Amino acid sequence: MSIDTVDIGTVPAAWTRRHLLDLESLSAEELNIILDSAVAFKDATANCSQKVPVLAGRTCANLFFENSTRTRTSFSLAARRLGADTIDFTASSSSLSKGETFIDTAKNIEAMNVDAVIVRHRTPGTSHLLAQNIGCSVINAGDGPHEHPTQGLLDILTIRQRLGRIDGLTVALVGDIAHSRTARSNIWGLRKLGAHVIVCGPSTLVSERWEELGVEVAHDLDAILPRCDVLNLLRIQFERQSTRPFPSVREYALLYAMTRERIARAKSDILILAPGPINRGVEITPDVADGSHSAILDQVTNGLAVRMAVLWLILGAEP
Amino acid sequence: MQHNGSILLTGGRVIDPSQDMDRTTDVLIEDGRIAAYDATADGRDDVQVIDAANKIVAPGLIDMHVHLREPGREEDETILTGTTAAVAGGFTSIACIPNTEPPLDTQAQVEFVQHQASLADQCNVYVVACVSKNREGKELAEMGVLSKAGAVAFSDDGSPVYDAELMRRALEYCRMFDKPILNHAEVRELTTGGVMHEGLVSMVLGLPGMPAEAEDVMTSRDIALAEATGGRVHMMHVSSAGSVELIRRAKSRGVPVTTEVCPHHFTLTDESLRTFDSNFKMSPPLREQRHVDTCIAGLIDGTIDVICTDHAPHALEKKMRELDQAPFGIVGLETSLGLVITRLIEAGHLDWSQALAKMTINPARILGIDDTKGTLRIGADADVTVIDPDVRWTVDPKKFHSKSANTPFAGWELHGRADTVIVGGRVKYRATESAGGRPSRIPAKAR
Repeated sequence: MSIDTVDIGTVPAAWTRRHLLDLESLSAEELNIILDSAVAFKDATANCSQKVPVLAGRTCANLFFENSTRTRTSFSLAARRLGADTIDFTASSSSLSKGETFIDTAKNIEAMNVDAVIVRHRTPGTSHLLAQNIGCSVINAGDGPHEHPTQGLLDILTIRQRLGRIDGLTVALVGDIAHSRTARSNIWGLRKLGAHVIVCGPSTLVSERWEELGVEVAHDLDAILPRCDVLNLLRIQFERQSTRPFPSVREYALLYAMTRERIARAKSDILILAPGPINRGVEITPDVADGSHSAILDQVTNGLAVRMAVLWLILGAEP
Repeated sequence: MQHNGSILLTGGRVIDPSQDMDRTTDVLIEDGRIAAYDATADGRDDVQVIDAANKIVAPGLIDMHVHLREPGREEDETILTGTTAAVAGGFTSIACIPNTEPPLDTQAQVEFVQHQASLADQCNVYVVACVSKNREGKELAEMGVLSKAGAVAFSDDGSPVYDAELMRRALEYCRMFDKPILNHAEVRELTTGGVMHEGLVSMVLGLPGMPAEAEDVMTSRDIALAEATGGRVHMMHVSSAGSVELIRRAKSRGVPVTTEVCPHHFTLTDESLRTFDSNFKMSPPLREQRHVDTCIAGLIDGTIDVICTDHAPHALEKKMRELDQAPFGIVGLETSLGLVITRLIEAGHLDWSQALAKMTINPARILGIDDTKGTLRIGADADVTVIDPDVRWTVDPKKFHSKSANTPFAGWELHGRADTVIVGGRVKYRATESAGGRPSRIPAKAR
């Protein structure tokens, strides 16, 4: 298929958003529009390996106030696959401590005629604040432990493609729920699409209060394992913890690491996701990470597809 | 418009909780004091008559928890702008908290504030001095000297008095001067990095939390120390259900403990943080509804003695930051009265006398100034707040007299505000004089 013949269609009328800040505020219909668009892009570009220049002439700025390689690269590549120009702005916290606020920084970037900024910041709510203060579109690429909507979407797309559905599945998010933006985006997205969500981890990292939002809370992985269709293994975010929430990495791994032995006690077709970067040997043993149940590399490709879909939905409807 | 002569307030409903008074009468002010009730100006041409019909005539309001920022952080507020804001909010007396730079821990610092306040010539300013030298929480400040200089209370607010032994010594020592220790209750180990109340909302937003227990643990400590020493402790800006309950029980067994609440803590909940707006970030933080309900219950049953603002001005550029970078605190002087009327009186929680007691005689008693302040007894200082209880107005931070506009109440419609404010027998503020615009005179240098 040559790029000239690709017809991705027009942005669905039901999509009216200028920003993607979180999954909490999205409807099931909006989630499905993104997922369906991602599949269409994936199909049209031979698994995201070819260009489909529907955003030619547009500019996306990566505005990363916190380190990231994977997400930034994925957004850049997604934008380029769509024919958009990209610029990268990586702000060290020290340059901001010179007095310029992050809003000033974003306004400066916007003044370069940027159509969308893709924001990563260590503080929850920063992309929401930017969306209120600047004129261009804002895509949240992770705001502290709050949300990481495209990560949630790519996890959900991976599950949908591997298991054929979301509705009725039991999905366990395992590990550092307290500090995980991936967990929050997964919880909102999966619940809206009809999955049963379990959050599982040490009681210091998994609040009982998640039950108030319709999420099952568990602390014993072995007890819930036989019921799970999907396990999403979240990285322990040592860098966000002010006090260590469990006695040792060894103890954590004994209680929660996904090992071959645990795989043997799970459903035969259990799907293992990990948003990466993973701590091999902590959340997951290498044989499981590289084994047939693992969808870790699918997640990377689906990340590109989801980000192409999001950029197109947000920028594609404008003239 | 300043009038040094006699004033007759006619036709107002005079509510003075210090005298258990609530009746319509004319009040005569002469020589800076309350001179007579049921008075008349007939036959006198030296009396300024102010029509207070359909208004409430109250003792001048007192806010015992105000951060004036000067010296050191004049970009946020000065003594002039802060006292101008106080008067516009209906306050005739404020107590300023000593976490300035440098902190108010010496006689010279206390006298500096008093001097600037007299130059500003807006409202009475009482100085709360530091508990500890340089507010470091290590050695007691010279409380005797500071008391002689006019300090009415002691506090290291901004920070708690952390060391329990220092707190015990402070309570023992200040008994000699009959001064209270005002403490900010917060166990820091439980609030490290926190930006909001720890609860369902902080969990969903992924924001580090400050649990209510951080307040309760220190409240409990301070009650135990007050009980042991007999020193008076005043728990600042109570915000948690647990602390209200602890104080209620302590009072019932005679512990010398008092407390205060801020309008935002009986009005807003942690749900506000969903906006990620740093104008909802304060310490103690906005908590869940059950804490708000308990604060209101504490106001109703008298556990909470005082309504104060914790007026904490911060310049715009400091607040326009990521939530974890923005400082704690909001301004309150110019919204407090409207919130009390709208959220407590009109909502049916308190009657006028109960509400006004918490803004007049109760803080005056805690600060030991009730012989002349917080009351309209004959002979008391003529500090009077005439309140228009019916006016509806919209909070517009652009119209604030404070140098800072960090309020969570922008755009709120409130009922009631100060109409006329008299300090020491002189009219300092009249809301009705400039319809439509900024409702009072502003000193030329105020901005």
